[in-house]
Amino acid sequence: MSAVATQAATGASFRAVTRAVAWRSIHNFLTNPAFLVPALVFPLFFFVSFAGGLSAVANVPGFDFPTGYTAFQFVFVLLQSAAFGGVFTGFAIARDFETGFARRYLLAAGNRSGIVAGYAAAALVRAFITWTVLTAIALIAGMQVDGVGIELVGLYGLAIFVNVAATMWAAGVAMRVRSIQGGPLMQFPVFLILFLAPVYVPLSLLSGWIHAVASVNPVTALLEAGRGFISGDPFQVGLAFTIAIALPVLFALWARGGLRRAEAAG
Amino acid sequence: MSGSSAGHSLTTQVGQLAHRSVLRTLRQPAQIVPALIFPLFLLAVNSGGLKDATNLPGFPTDSYLTFALAVPFMQGALFSVMNAGTDLARDIETGFLNRLALTPLRGAALLSGLLAGAVILGLIQAVTYLLVGLTAGAELAAGPGGAVVIVALSVTITVAFGTLGLFAALRTGTGEAVQSLFPVFFVFLFLSSMALPLDLLQTQWFHDIASANPVSYLLNAFRSLLIEGWELGPLLLGFGIALTILVLGMYAASSALKTRLVRT
Repeated sequence: MSAVATQAATGASFRAVTRAVAWRSIHNFLTNPAFLVPALVFPLFFFVSFAGGLSAVANVPGFDFPTGYTAFQFVFVLLQSAAFGGVFTGFAIARDFETGFARRYLLAAGNRSGIVAGYAAAALVRAFITWTVLTAIALIAGMQVDGVGIELVGLYGLAIFVNVAATMWAAGVAMRVRSIQGGPLMQFPVFLILFLAPVYVPLSLLSGWIHAVASVNPVTALLEAGRGFISGDPFQVGLAFTIAIALPVLFALWARGGLRRAEAAG
Repeated sequence: MSGSSAGHSLTTQVGQLAHRSVLRTLRQPAQIVPALIFPLFLLAVNSGGLKDATNLPGFPTDSYLTFALAVPFMQGALFSVMNAGTDLARDIETGFLNRLALTPLRGAALLSGLLAGAVILGLIQAVTYLLVGLTAGAELAAGPGGAVVIVALSVTITVAFGTLGLFAALRTGTGEAVQSLFPVFFVFLFLSSMALPLDLLQTQWFHDIASANPVSYLLNAFRSLLIEGWELGPLLLGFGIALTILVLGMYAASSALKTRLVRT
């Protein structure tokens, strides 16, 4: 077989594996309320409690986000749901290893990278469903959106990169631990990095240790850029997208290492 | 059987099960560590992130850490729902409860004994949260006596919430189902005066829900000791709500236990 034909066959195998894994994961997600309901309810719940319960924070001296506190919190919840969509996909991978299904994937797949790509595609579909519901509820609740066109594409684009990065992180852990007991290891660092960013007020209003940590936290740049997009006043876009692209690349390497470990474990 | 020997038997039964429950809790770092670390992490993040909220007119203290210190006690209690429920669910799944049903063990003994682990965990949690909070700079207006009452209230709430975990386990029979209830209980915490006092909740529907949410008044009881000093009203309300949940939870769990034992 020529090199071109081999390359074509490898590509076809990758796509076939990706499609199959993604279809099964999406099917499981949509047909099992235990997976679907939390994915939809959690972000809404965070949005409601932050935007509703903390709206008075917008009156704090120095808080100057013209689009309103609801939009301010929407960006955080959007990125949080993106990240946790990826983490929950990691749970699904771990569960597949526990039940032995993932080993069948490893045996059957012509191109095993397609397995990870399939899970990532499923995570994105899950995220799109969640974001659609979240955005609809936020708009119904009266969220102000000052950004237009390309700015909103930028906001959701950031969320896509965050989702892929979190999926790759969680997949890397899941394929190394190969048990749902690795759940806290997938979840806690993501939770930690998200909440050590300026969640409730802008970075300029933070002080002390949390300001120091938030200043070097990469999620801060993503959040601030996202808030800039929704308010129609883009801010640190270059930095945010550099981070947003670097994170999935970095964690894809981590996931590839996990796949190798899972292959070696048999 | 005479009254005293029946009483002795009940004490023995509760003692045995309590001993097992306490050992079981202490031997599971996976139950203790998150219940200590997670609330303290959120306390650190929230007290840093919402520090400027104290500048809002009408905020009751100039230390957000003091205001927020009430929250870990509630979060810790929520963990007791999970821990008590999951332990009992495991007993159901492994068939241990069925074996207990073959003994002359009383339902009351079983439930009380199972809550011993929650009491110990509640005690460890309360003391840890209080010590960490005070070390980090929180104020305790009620003084050392207030610390004792805070620990007592925290343990009461932990046990009360633990009965809800037992009820959930007996109704569903699976640990997975009990775990899935965790977010439901968290809703009560988030839709309360957790982050801001009731007076400062501007969104009307949120204010209405938080005002009707008993968790807001449990938080107020802790805050009254931390911020105001000795105020009888919030304390009585807090203990009253905790004891009401405890009684209702025990009643519900006892009914569910009877149903489950009939089924088996």
